[in-house]
Amino acid sequence: MALFILRRLGIMILTALCLTFIVFALTNLYPNLEKLAKTQANNRMSDAEVTTWLDNRGYLDPLPVKYGQWLGVLPGYVIEGSDGQIRGRCIDPGQAPEDADRFCGVLQGDWGYSTVFRDNVAEIVGTRLGLTGWLMLAVMCVMVPGALLLGVLAGMREGSRTDRSLSTVSIISTATPEYVSGVIFIAVFASSAVGLKWFKGTATSAMDDITWANFTLPVLTIALYGMGYIARMTRASMTEVMTAQYIRTARLKGVSFPNIVVKHALRNALIAPFTVIMLQFPWLLNGVVIVETLFNYKGFGWTLVQAASNNDIELLLGVSIVSVIVVLLTQLISDIGYVYLNPRIRIS
Amino acid sequence: MEPLTWTGELGNFLDPALAFFAAAFLATALLQIVLGFVTAEGETVANPDGTLTVRRGPREWAGEAMKWSFLGLILVVLAYIVGGIVTPYGTGGIIGAMAARFLPVWIALVATFALSITFKRRLGLYGKLFDSPIGMVGFGLVMFWVFAGIFGGPLDMILTHDPLGIASGMKNEVPGMPLPDATEMAPGAHYLLGGDNLSRDVFSRMVEGSWIVIQIAPLATVFAFMVGITLGLPAGYFGGKLDTLLTFVANLILAFPVILLFYLLVTPEIVQTGIPSYMAAVLFIFVPMFCAVLINSRYRTRPQANLIILACVLVPLIWLYLSVISQRGTPLNFMPGGLDLFDVPGGILTVFVSVVFVNSPTVFRIVRGLALDIQTRDYVAAAQTRGERSWYIMLWEILPNVRGPLIVDFCLRIGYTTILLGTLGFFGLGLPPESPDWGSTINEGRKLLSIYPHPALPPAIALLTLVLGLNLLADGLREESLKD
Repeated sequence: MALFILRRLGIMILTALCLTFIVFALTNLYPNLEKLAKTQANNRMSDAEVTTWLDNRGYLDPLPVKYGQWLGVLPGYVIEGSDGQIRGRCIDPGQAPEDADRFCGVLQGDWGYSTVFRDNVAEIVGTRLGLTGWLMLAVMCVMVPGALLLGVLAGMREGSRTDRSLSTVSIISTATPEYVSGVIFIAVFASSAVGLKWFKGTATSAMDDITWANFTLPVLTIALYGMGYIARMTRASMTEVMTAQYIRTARLKGVSFPNIVVKHALRNALIAPFTVIMLQFPWLLNGVVIVETLFNYKGFGWTLVQAASNNDIELLLGVSIVSVIVVLLTQLISDIGYVYLNPRIRIS
Repeated sequence: MEPLTWTGELGNFLDPALAFFAAAFLATALLQIVLGFVTAEGETVANPDGTLTVRRGPREWAGEAMKWSFLGLILVVLAYIVGGIVTPYGTGGIIGAMAARFLPVWIALVATFALSITFKRRLGLYGKLFDSPIGMVGFGLVMFWVFAGIFGGPLDMILTHDPLGIASGMKNEVPGMPLPDATEMAPGAHYLLGGDNLSRDVFSRMVEGSWIVIQIAPLATVFAFMVGITLGLPAGYFGGKLDTLLTFVANLILAFPVILLFYLLVTPEIVQTGIPSYMAAVLFIFVPMFCAVLINSRYRTRPQANLIILACVLVPLIWLYLSVISQRGTPLNFMPGGLDLFDVPGGILTVFVSVVFVNSPTVFRIVRGLALDIQTRDYVAAAQTRGERSWYIMLWEILPNVRGPLIVDFCLRIGYTTILLGTLGFFGLGLPPESPDWGSTINEGRKLLSIYPHPALPPAIALLTLVLGLNLLADGLREESLKD
């Protein structure tokens, strides 16, 4: 088991390195850098000025060197610019060049500086993740019990009317992407023109103070899309368990139907959905980006959109590292959890 | 000019009927679910002649009532549509006028269903679809939008106004408002679903948007399947280092947040560098490659026929391939003007490439899993003993035997591609901002959503019904193919 986890961790690190390198390479393409220079300094710079600006800030070093510096395995650049000023990757504003560290990368805990928010990346990612954490927590509290209940009720009597109608509900929910359900929810529950005005159409105020009015719609919107999928998986696994031999034995010895479902079937039926729920995290991330944009909740997903649309290189890298780690970690947990829950599978 | 109401004069007697049946349906459906938990099934009684009868309890009666109220509901909805078509313009209100605009779609739908149901025993899996009610509903929804796209797009029989045209004084007007200069009650006198933020007709934009979706989504899915199959079969069949490498790459792409990937691929700066064009060149080559291997593995033993068929298929395919990847205004522009058959309009190629790129790893994983499962079967061993080449076994022994799950996944994946296209539009990526596709329209409408919800709702509901139809269709197909 330890070996298995070690190997998985190795693959994880390799994947994270590859992914960040791809993001790094794409964000450091020359047209992107040019746009960055123009937004940061002056929109009417000539091509030569753009080149000097970039050169003074180390943006024109070879790609592997820049990546090594960002990672912290190569010493950060120190360049005496054409304007006579000495700039260095590790030199904070107001610091003398001699006092600065030689290495400053992710490995040293320095995630860089966001050009859009003018703040440390680590700090931004930390606060935004905290905000998104609350959203995710609320989504999980709504989605998981709802989906399991839906799936178990539909799966315990396969082919019944209850099964048909609940399955249709879960198909409808998988067919409704977040930007569709969000728009419909806002129009029905929050619109000032025709709607019921029960909730608010934005979640901006939820960043300071979470209330029913401002948090219900975003949570419902994310939960709805994931719920149908988990419910269908739960249903499939439940119907499979309900046809097993030991359930028939239990019925024959006269155990009541609710008892069979709760005591005999449920535990075995919940193994498969556990994996699905863990693998649902990457999709939730996707939903979080859409919903945070739609409801203007300035969390992690909103930061991703801001960083990507402004080509904020270091923030974008920080965001992608976090999301890649979330994706890979949940895969690992789902594998390990599957082994622990299912005694039939043992990894050598 | 009077503005149109939702249901017009027909609504005077149809609206109460609709309300009655809808309430009855909801009540009986709820009652039925509740009764399903508290009461037992009706008792089964054996008759003297050997048949069985279920004695009706409250649960069975509730079921019966639900059936009839549902039937009534459908009849009322049909009455709205038929009433809108046969009565003069305006009598059926907005709903009636829209039903009349969709007349070619209704005719095509009825013809398709009539033909398919008549000949369903001869049509294989497609015919079996018409045995499952869920599959039929799904197929109906999908075909509705397919026909709406065809008749609304190239044939131009449905639109009431130009989807890009601007009419003064119609900015954010509510559904059913007449145009300021309209004088007679005729089709085109009103904005049926209101005007958007730039005074364009929401209804026409919604119909035109379906044409964009039904062009891109199925084709992108086909391409993703070609890539996935061509890489997934050898990965599953040979295993080893190739499998490890390809699986690693697929997992790498899957670990990317989709939206980040879109932002990295679709922004104008990246398009300028030509990365999407090079990716198109790599991803699209799988189509001619797949066809070449498919034909060659089958006719290898008959060189003469092989050569002719290969030439007939490959020459046009490669020409098409070169025309698609050679685009004016991008770094890949090598075809002389006369030979270049067409240029894909701005942004669509980029959107297409990124959607194929995101979808292929999932298809790869499915095909690989299926190939791993099938390659242990006896008929594969028999083919190996016969001395067949690996590619023959993969494409002509394994592939036909995994078609069931692949067809089901194909339907689901078109739906997912539609959702991805909408996501791209929602973030304003790729397609030009005035494009009438559903994602961009939702994106534009969401800015004033709480004041004017009407421009964003029609495309949202259209996307929902199309994806729902594809999901139901996949469900029906799965059920019917499992019956074999």
